Amino acid sequence: MKARQKRLVFVGLAIAGVGAAASMALSALQSNLSYFFSPTQVAANEHPTDAVFRVGGLVVEDTLKRQEDGLTVRFDVTDNAATVPVSYTGILPDLFGEGQGVVAKGRIGQDGMFYAEEVLAKHDESYMPPEVADTLQTAHVEGVIESTGESVKSGAAAQ
Amino acid sequence: MKINWFKYASPTAFYPLAGRLVPVLFGASLVLILFSLYWGFFETPDRLGGTNPQKEYYRIIFIHVPSAWMSMWLYLVLAAWAAIGLVFNTRLSFMMANAVAPTGAIFTFIALWTGAFWGRPSWGTYWDWDPRLTSELILFFLYIGYIALHSAIDDVRRADRASALLAIVGLVMLPVIFWSINCPDPNQCAALHQRSSLSDIESNILTAMLTMTLAFWIYSFAAAFARLRSIILTREGDSTWVRGVLEREASA
Repeated sequence: MKARQKRLVFVGLAIAGVGAAASMALSALQSNLSYFFSPTQVAANEHPTDAVFRVGGLVVEDTLKRQEDGLTVRFDVTDNAATVPVSYTGILPDLFGEGQGVVAKGRIGQDGMFYAEEVLAKHDESYMPPEVADTLQTAHVEGVIESTGESVKSGAAAQ
Repeated sequence: MKINWFKYASPTAFYPLAGRLVPVLFGASLVLILFSLYWGFFETPDRLGGTNPQKEYYRIIFIHVPSAWMSMWLYLVLAAWAAIGLVFNTRLSFMMANAVAPTGAIFTFIALWTGAFWGRPSWGTYWDWDPRLTSELILFFLYIGYIALHSAIDDVRRADRASALLAIVGLVMLPVIFWSINCPDPNQCAALHQRSSLSDIESNILTAMLTMTLAFWIYSFAAAFARLRSIILTREGDSTWVRGVLEREASA
């Protein structure tokens, strides 16, 4: 075996080893590292009880309520299987809204309420102008969507 | 006709070729950047609709996404040149890897920086230890580590080999960065960063984003070749052809 071939084998083995490490890291990331806990996991008591953690999910429609002091808001976060009530005192991000994704960081209280120190808005990868979204919305409301054919339907599904 | 594939593998032949390419590439990337900026500012909607009602600040996508792509692509290029250098012991491949590293680091920094400025109005925070953000930050440290390790070792040949190994080991981050938001099951990747999908982007936004990516790619070639020329001159400083070049440029 020439020196060059030895080096080729060496570098090949190194890259294969790095690939194996990457795949193991990825599977470990998927099973162990959770950036946030879902409401289902919180309901099953998988969350830490005496440490700060994050809850992620969708804000349930019609649950956003501002409290008497004018700064505290309460809302429910769901993953369509379980819900967690959240209380937060502070300014909500611009894209926060009912039905939208949210990630809240804080602790869970004795009363089962999640007291958030920080609320972040999470949103999707859709980059569509409002006209397209509005047209689809109106079409849907007026019931035109059934008659205008397949293109609008698939567009609405993408929303 | 027999083509000599290795003609430009020697620094002597590549130096003048790079010299001719650099101004052309810089010019082309400048034109494309101006076009993409114009298209991104004036031919795209002022705000987004639907469930993602971002306002003007969504336009950061025209810089952010292309530089994030380039940060990952240039690392792959760097590691490939490092591996070729290790196997074939060619001088020019290590120089290529060295020349690419600063450009990659700059694009990684731009991706992180623009992302932070976008994150403040949309998420509500400049920074969070989300899997995507964290792995991209590690990529930045890898670039810096590669450059630092190379400059910490005085013997250039040793520095080349040591930093090439670091570059190959660092390849482990690329799949992690990619799958941190693109995992097959959306419920598995719990991330703050949105998933990446090119299918749900308005065509004008996509046009500006893709032309900017092309512009950044051409810029990367130009910057790397310009840097490569000075690396060649520094490393081959004792050879007669470099002295010839310097005398010609001094008299011109």
